[in-house]
Amino acid sequence: MSKELIRLSGLCMAYEGKDVLKSIDLSIADKEFLTLLGPSGCGKTTTLRIIGGFETPRAGDVFFDGERINDVPAYKRNINTVFQKYALFPHLNVFENIAFGLRVQKLPEEEIRSRVREMLEVVSLPGFEKRKVHSLSGGQQQRIAIARALVNRPRVLLLDEPLGALDLKLRKEMQSELKTIQRNLGITFVYVTHDQEEALSMSDTVVVMHEGIILQKGTPQDIYNEPANAFVADFIGEANIINGRMPEDRTVNFERRSFACLDGGFAPNEAVDVVIRPEDIDICPASDDLVCGTVESVTFKGVHYEIVVDCDGYKWYVHTTDFCPEGSYVGLRLGPDDIHIMPKMFKNTTNFLACEATDETTLYFPALDCELECEGMCFEKGARFNAELPTRALDITSEDIAHFTANLESMIYKGRYNEFIVAADSGDRLIFRSNADAQVGRRVGIRIDFAKVLLNPAEDMPDEN
Amino acid sequence: MKTKKLSVPYLLWLAIFVVVPLVFVVYFAFQGKNGFSFENYVTAAKYLPTLGKSLVYALESTLVCLLLAYPTAYIFSRMRTDRQKTMLLLIMLPMWMNFLLRIYSLTIILEKNGLVNKIFGLFGLGPFNMMNTDGAVLLGMVYNFLPFMILPLYSVMSKINGRLLEASADLGASALTTLRRVVFPLSFPGIVTGIIMVFIPAASTFVISQRLGDGSMLIGDLIETFFIGAYTNFGVGSAISLVLMVLMLIFIGVLNLFDNEDVGDMLI
Repeated sequence: MSKELIRLSGLCMAYEGKDVLKSIDLSIADKEFLTLLGPSGCGKTTTLRIIGGFETPRAGDVFFDGERINDVPAYKRNINTVFQKYALFPHLNVFENIAFGLRVQKLPEEEIRSRVREMLEVVSLPGFEKRKVHSLSGGQQQRIAIARALVNRPRVLLLDEPLGALDLKLRKEMQSELKTIQRNLGITFVYVTHDQEEALSMSDTVVVMHEGIILQKGTPQDIYNEPANAFVADFIGEANIINGRMPEDRTVNFERRSFACLDGGFAPNEAVDVVIRPEDIDICPASDDLVCGTVESVTFKGVHYEIVVDCDGYKWYVHTTDFCPEGSYVGLRLGPDDIHIMPKMFKNTTNFLACEATDETTLYFPALDCELECEGMCFEKGARFNAELPTRALDITSEDIAHFTANLESMIYKGRYNEFIVAADSGDRLIFRSNADAQVGRRVGIRIDFAKVLLNPAEDMPDEN
Repeated sequence: MKTKKLSVPYLLWLAIFVVVPLVFVVYFAFQGKNGFSFENYVTAAKYLPTLGKSLVYALESTLVCLLLAYPTAYIFSRMRTDRQKTMLLLIMLPMWMNFLLRIYSLTIILEKNGLVNKIFGLFGLGPFNMMNTDGAVLLGMVYNFLPFMILPLYSVMSKINGRLLEASADLGASALTTLRRVVFPLSFPGIVTGIIMVFIPAASTFVISQRLGDGSMLIGDLIETFFIGAYTNFGVGSAISLVLMVLMLIFIGVLNLFDNEDVGDMLI
């Protein structure tokens, strides 16, 4: 890739008190196809809109070709956008839609005609000049939107989930067409999508975003083969993710066994996420030196079988071309290069919280701003405790019966349960396990099961008041 | 069948309060001393200058309303939804008051010892003679009819997708160019509706000129005097009404020629 064209430095953005971008740094090279990938609400569209000039960042700078363009309005930027729902002008026909930018520049009629015609060739819709936009299919409108942006010969084309509204077959066609257009015209594409397959198959560079931060930037191969953490691994493709510990470099313990691996550089006995891709696991006859379990289900997927093996409650997903009957007892071979070790994304989770008894049966948690009714207890009013909330003491619930609400930062399936990490308003992060399901990035209600909470009297700490 | 039955009350209403009166108007308009005749029109012709004056006032007030309402409606349509509702409520609020009350309140504001002159007095200016002028009549009309221009404009503009304006800026258009090339064509149906909604009542308005103007009558006042009071003449009153009605129909017809029906269909 050649020289840098766009640089974002320390971009921050907030809507209604919620941080959507938390200090984004990103460099985009000239003529590259870069994709911003992440679940909805991760900040990818906001980043794109800042580059386009439709949003003003609360902090941070945007550089274009070495110049700071924060204060350059959208209409003066040499950047064009393909909007999510195309945003074609309903009062203009196809020709006038594409010609819009050229007319604004007051180019001679001759040139406008030839450039529009040329663009209609590029998007394979020759002869569509006189058509009304609302008479076109979604795919055709999409192409017109692309033509309308490209006819201005921008240095950068921004695309905001341009294929989201199309059906699968059309989407595949458009993917390869877009890639071809990008290569032939030599324009930088910044592409926003939540579809990991789309990102992997089209991009030179993939940027994985989550909760307003960039988790990883790399080639599609890097992102898939060497995900930076369990979230990326989970989001890109399928993965078995297990909690493990590293007693020493090149050794990892999980599922009560020790495995050789290729990673190192962690603190002794550090908690890590272990990621194993389903296609990397070999199914073998059961033996003592392998993780063994019972085949729970076999699904034919065309190229391979998806086999779920239940080992002691952990459900392993295995992709293999070898058939195994359901109910058979098998072993799973995990080679050192199949095991990927990742640091925990949020290291600073605390499940120890201070609390105070407000009356005989009520505890108040300042960090969560919540009161907990504890039946059958008899606290001394004002007594302080350190409460430990084990990972099964919390659960997702509907907001009306919740003890407190928090922002769901991460939910990762770990074979037996979903592992949730939530951030309370105080900033404290809690980790817990549950079989519930919820959407990352949303507020969730959480109940505390008092029967599982462990209370220790608070040590005398200097009173701040 | 069922839907047809539901329309019966409305059709009845229409018959009693629209069709029957219209028949009466047509009947009286062509009823001379000895049956059918055009003599009412001969009398009515004397009032052509009044009609002309009314139409000029109506045109002026429509134009002023359009100039005031267009930017207002545009600004409203780009506000946050909750603010849009508040602003619309504020626009409609005066309409909850009786029409006559509003006109009388204007006289209190504009008269020699009125509010405006008192404020000017504080700065040692005035008093200005504002009552009984053409300007006061125009002000009264604009004040009364402005909401009828803002509402249709707003309702069309609020349907213009914000992404279209961004797309326009993205393609290099400045705010002014966007207004000219995107907002204006897309809001055109609203302009047509607004003009109809203001021009027609303005052309036939009454009371305003008598109260705020020099006491001379506009066509609406004239029709009133032919039907109510000491000099009733249903024949001439009906004839004038009919002429006004035909003029309005022609006016609406011409405006609709400009209004490309496709534009309305294509609004997102």
